[in-house]
Amino acid sequence: MNALPLILTVFVACAVEAVEALTIVLATGITREWKSTFQGMAVALVVLAVITAAVGPAVGYLPLTALRVVVGALLAIFGLQWLRKAVLRATGYKALHDEASAYLREVTAAKEAAVVRRRGVSDWYSFTLAFKGVLLEGLEVVFIVITFGDNQKNVGAAVIGAAAAISVVTLAGIAVKAPLTKVPENWMKFAVGVMLTSFGTFWGAEGAGVAWPGNDAALLVLVPVVALAAAACIRWLRCRKAAVAAPAKESEVVG
Amino acid sequence: MRQLKSFGAFWYDFIIGDDWHVAALIVAGLALTAVLARVAHVNAWWLLPLVAFAALAWSLHRATALRK
Repeated sequence: MNALPLILTVFVACAVEAVEALTIVLATGITREWKSTFQGMAVALVVLAVITAAVGPAVGYLPLTALRVVVGALLAIFGLQWLRKAVLRATGYKALHDEASAYLREVTAAKEAAVVRRRGVSDWYSFTLAFKGVLLEGLEVVFIVITFGDNQKNVGAAVIGAAAAISVVTLAGIAVKAPLTKVPENWMKFAVGVMLTSFGTFWGAEGAGVAWPGNDAALLVLVPVVALAAAACIRWLRCRKAAVAAPAKESEVVG
Repeated sequence: MRQLKSFGAFWYDFIIGDDWHVAALIVAGLALTAVLARVAHVNAWWLLPLVAFAALAWSLHRATALRK
């Protein structure tokens, strides 16, 4: 497989995670205190590095067949959950994930919390919030890099995609000093859901023992098919919602 | 005990997410694919994409049917 699709897939997936982490870090740093926020970020990055150093090589020692089944299943489950959320948001059944309102929520909570000094950290609230935000979103980045990189035997390309995404989002955050509200997050999540589901299905089935027609080229068909299927779900739910809304409006007029 | 529970809840939420039926269907689909491929020698490459689509549609139906 060419490295470019791998880099792009990892880039988009990691960019979504980086935007969410950035929102938390900005809200904490701007509202409360940058020093404790950076300390929380730094400790989270160290923990992530330890997890990566422990899990990364261990994953590499697994037999490829077992790795593909496990990773394929996890990616397909992840991808379908992302697609599910993206479809529900696109059809109005779930509120859109709005970075501006998420930022405001974090800011309000940060303003209300008391300043407590603990374990050498001047503001424990800022520290723990930045730590949790970076660790949780970072875990997803590590998972994506390890699974995609190991499966394609090209961890370097996956790392390039992730590093580029984190750099771009960080630089954009520094430039605007505000949450990245212009990022079409739901459609990015839809695209990532499509990619994770496609790759997960491909690797999972391959690990289970099937041979895909055209080998890796099957992905070129599988990705658009998954995208079309998810788009069909959006259309189906919109039609269903409209059909439910129409009689309700009629009865309002009659009443 | 509470920490252990929240640790378990974190990994459940991280891996399984909002609807465990999706995860169960994918695991069942993979198992069936393996049986077909390795025991019955059927190259069932089409099965898992079908299961994935069915899981998505079923999960969306369940999520929206109650909130019409």
